[in-house]
Amino acid sequence: MASVAESAAQKDELRHDQWSQILRRPGPFAPDVDPQLDFHDLFSSKILVVGAGGLGCEILKNLALSGFRELHVIDMDTIDVSNLNRQFLFTEHDVGNSKASVAAKAIMRRIPSTTVIPFHGRIQDKSFDYYKQFQLVVCGLDSVEARRWINSTLVSIAKGGDFLPLIDGGSEGLKGQARVILPSITSCYECSLEMLTPKTSYPICTIANTPRLPEHCVEWAFLLEWPRVAVNNSENTKSSQEISLQDEGSLREETSVSLAPAFDPDIPWHVDWIVDRARARAAAFEINAQDIDRFFVLGIVKRIIPAVASTNAIIAAACCNEALKILTDCNPTLDNYMMFVGEDATYTFTFNLEKRSDCSVCGALTESYPFSKARPPLLSTLIHHYQTKYQLHSPSVSSTSGFPLYFSSPLPLQQATATNLSKSILDLISPSQQLVFTDKALTTSLYISLQEITDGP
Amino acid sequence: MRKLWEMKKKEAEREKSSSGISPAQIRIQKDISELDVPSTMSTSWPDVTKLHELLLEIRPDEGYYHGGKFPFSIHIGSNYPHDPPKVRCLKKIYHPNIDTQGNVCLNILRQEWNPVLNLNSILVGLQFLFLAPNAEDPLNKEAAADLRNDPRGFGARVKTSMQGGTVHGDGFDNVLLS
Repeated sequence: MASVAESAAQKDELRHDQWSQILRRPGPFAPDVDPQLDFHDLFSSKILVVGAGGLGCEILKNLALSGFRELHVIDMDTIDVSNLNRQFLFTEHDVGNSKASVAAKAIMRRIPSTTVIPFHGRIQDKSFDYYKQFQLVVCGLDSVEARRWINSTLVSIAKGGDFLPLIDGGSEGLKGQARVILPSITSCYECSLEMLTPKTSYPICTIANTPRLPEHCVEWAFLLEWPRVAVNNSENTKSSQEISLQDEGSLREETSVSLAPAFDPDIPWHVDWIVDRARARAAAFEINAQDIDRFFVLGIVKRIIPAVASTNAIIAAACCNEALKILTDCNPTLDNYMMFVGEDATYTFTFNLEKRSDCSVCGALTESYPFSKARPPLLSTLIHHYQTKYQLHSPSVSSTSGFPLYFSSPLPLQQATATNLSKSILDLISPSQQLVFTDKALTTSLYISLQEITDGP
Repeated sequence: MRKLWEMKKKEAEREKSSSGISPAQIRIQKDISELDVPSTMSTSWPDVTKLHELLLEIRPDEGYYHGGKFPFSIHIGSNYPHDPPKVRCLKKIYHPNIDTQGNVCLNILRQEWNPVLNLNSILVGLQFLFLAPNAEDPLNKEAAADLRNDPRGFGARVKTSMQGGTVHGDGFDNVLLS
C-alpha cells in the first residue's frame, strides 16, 4: 500500500496535470502555446488571500486544490460559533482561535503539498515590502475601509513599477460581486466608491420621537438612551468606570448599574440592556416587539447581514477562476466587474467599470523633484514651482504620513502652517516620504517625490 | 495582458511608492482647503496635526438665533467620504432639531448622506437649521410644538435660553455673543 506521502505527491501531480488540457494546448484565445510548458514557476506563484472567513475559506480551498504551492492568509478575527455553518475549515473545537492560523493548518492537513502561511492581524500592520513579494492578491473582506486600504496600497505599489493585480470578492446574503482590479490600468476600488449602497440609517428625529419599526427602538436604545444614561450616571456615581454585573431582574434599576461610557456589543449584559430598553420602548409605542432579541439587536448594532454558503462558493469560484487566468494568460480575464444576484432567481451581469480620471487614488498625478543635498529646497520654493507648472489656484500640501505642511485656507490653518513655508523641505519630511498637493484647479491629487541628485563628477 | 503591463512600465516614470496617506485623508485635505466659510461662521483646529477633528462656531446674523454663538464639533472618520462626518452641538440649546445631548437632526448627516457631498454641504445644512428651524421633523418635541403653535412665544423662549435661562423647567447654556 502506498505511503501517505507518496499518495500526496501523486495527488499533487494530478492537480497540475489537469491544467495540461488548458495550458499545453492551443485554443481560440491562446494560439501560441508551449506544449511542454513547465508548470513549476506558475504553481510556485505566491498568492495572498486577505480574509479567512466565508469567502476566504472557499478561496484557500480552491487555490490549494488547483495546485498552488504557497499561499499566505491574513485575518484579524477569531472564530465564532456562528461562523461554523459555512466557514468549513473550522470546527467547534476551534472556536476562539485565530481564523488565519486554523485555516492554514486545515488546508495543509488536507493538501500537504501546499504551504499556507498565516498572519493573525490587520492588513495595515504589514509593510509595502511584505505585499511586494506576491504575484496576486485575492480579497474576501467584509468592510469598505479595509478594501480602500488594500486598493490604495496596491495602486501605490503599481506606480512604483511592481505589477500586483487585485481580485476583490464580496458577498452579502444572496448577492455578491467579483471584480478584477489591475492597479493603475483598470478602474480601482476608489473609482467606484460612490456606487456603493449606503448603510441603512434612519433619521434621528424618527428614532427619537416617532418610531414605527422595532429597528427604530433598538437604534434609540443604543444611539440615544445609552449615552444619555451613561452621562447621567457618570455625573452621579464617583467611579464611572465601574461595571457591576447585575442579574436580569435588576437591569431595570438605572441607579444600581453604573454604565461605562462606551457601548460594546461584545459584552453580553450591554446587549441585554439594549434588548430590555428596546422592548420597553416598542411597547410604549405599540410596535410589535416579538422580533427583538439578542440576535436582532446584534444584527442592527453590528450591521450583520446573514451569510449564505452558496453565495460565497459562487463568488470565490469566480475569483479563483480569474486568479488562474491572470497568472497563466490562457484566456481573457473578467473585464472587470461581475455582479451576482440570487434573490428571486440566479442572475449575473458583467460590465466594465470605468476608470475615473479624477480618482484620488489611481488618477493621481505623480512627479519627481530633483534636488541636491547641499541645497535642499524650501517648502515655499516647491509650492511655487508646482503652482506655476500646473497653474494652481491656492494649493495645500501634506506629507504622505498625513502631516499638514501648508494649508492656504481656511484662515486658522493657514496661520498655523505659515511658518513652514520658510523651512527647508528636509526639516519637514524624510526623503523617502512624498508630498500630496490638492487644489481647486486639480481634478485629482498630485504626489511629489524628492529625488536627490549628487553634485559634481 | 502581461504585455500591456510591460508596455505601461516602460512608459511610466519610475517613482518611489507613496506610503501612509489614506484616500480618506486626501479627500479630507481637499475638502478642508476648499471650505467656503461664510462670515457667520468660523472654524478651528484644537490640534493642527489632526485635521479630521475640528470645531465650528455659527453666529447667525438673522432669525430667532441672532445674537448667539453656537459651537459644534465635527469628527471626520477614516471611511470618509463613504461615511458622513459626525457633528455634535457642544452647548445645550433650545432648538426643534437639536436635542439636549447635542445630537443634530439633519438629513444629510445620516440617511441622505452620499459621497458626492462634502464639508461645505454640511456647513450650508447647519446654517439653514438656524435660519429656518424645522418643526415638522423634530428632535426636541417641545421646541417644535412651541414653534408651530406660538412662533412669537417661541422666539422669546429662544432668547431666554440663549441667555442661560430656563425654558419649560429645563436650564440652557449661555451662548450670547457678548
